[in-house]
Amino acid sequence: MMLRVAVLLLFVVCCSTAGELCITRAMKAAGEVKSFHPRELLRVFGRAVRIGWMWTGLMLMMVSFFAMLAVLSMANVSFVVPATALSYAAGAYGSRVFLGERITHLRWVGVLLVCVGVALVWQGKG
Amino acid sequence: MTSSEGLHVKTYILLLIMVTFGPLGDVFLGKGMKSVGAAGAWAPADIVHFFARAFTSGTVWLGIGLLIAFFIAYTLVLSWADFSFVQPASSISYVFVALLGHFLLGEIVSTTRWTGILIICAGVLLVGNTPPRTTERV
Repeated sequence: MMLRVAVLLLFVVCCSTAGELCITRAMKAAGEVKSFHPRELLRVFGRAVRIGWMWTGLMLMMVSFFAMLAVLSMANVSFVVPATALSYAAGAYGSRVFLGERITHLRWVGVLLVCVGVALVWQGKG
Repeated sequence: MTSSEGLHVKTYILLLIMVTFGPLGDVFLGKGMKSVGAAGAWAPADIVHFFARAFTSGTVWLGIGLLIAFFIAYTLVLSWADFSFVQPASSISYVFVALLGHFLLGEIVSTTRWTGILIICAGVLLVGNTPPRTTERV
């Protein structure tokens, strides 16, 4: 059972991180939301849904969501959700390579701490 | 208010919405899926049957509704802030998930797991002190 949970969790992490990176790329291309006026929001979303990365991202997020439902049927939410924090390592690497963001040393230290925390959460699954 | 302060205020308002609705959504999903029962076999028919049962649960739908609200706030904030800032900054929600899991669902959270969650938050605080945007506007 734990192996199945581990495989599914890895799948959730990979798909959700890839999906988020695609959506970020689409939203950055759609332009900054300057006000929360409904017309402005509709305009930005209207631009976003015409960008291919948005749909790739949404598909990946959907697949990740279904896998997440399956994991939640097998393990506790207070274990599953922190374990998905592994996406921090994937996210930091992906945002540098795919989005061209600069990751400062401090951010890398933070990411490393998050990974140590996830390892402990896994150890303490009890 | 300078545009930099404005950028920070709207970023933190949306982060607050994210860390409230996200954990609540996860907890309701967890509660709903526990009542559906563990996914057993992996034949296509079994998988379809499993998800069909999941989507008849009102609790699962409540979780989905909350996660949609979370997702809208998340998508908006990503239109200006770095992904590598938003993702870590929202991880305080792991504490909320564990607290809600414990108090609402009666899950037992071991000391080791709490330590892990707090270390995750320490990582969050470090990353949260870095600027929200390092790339040029496109």
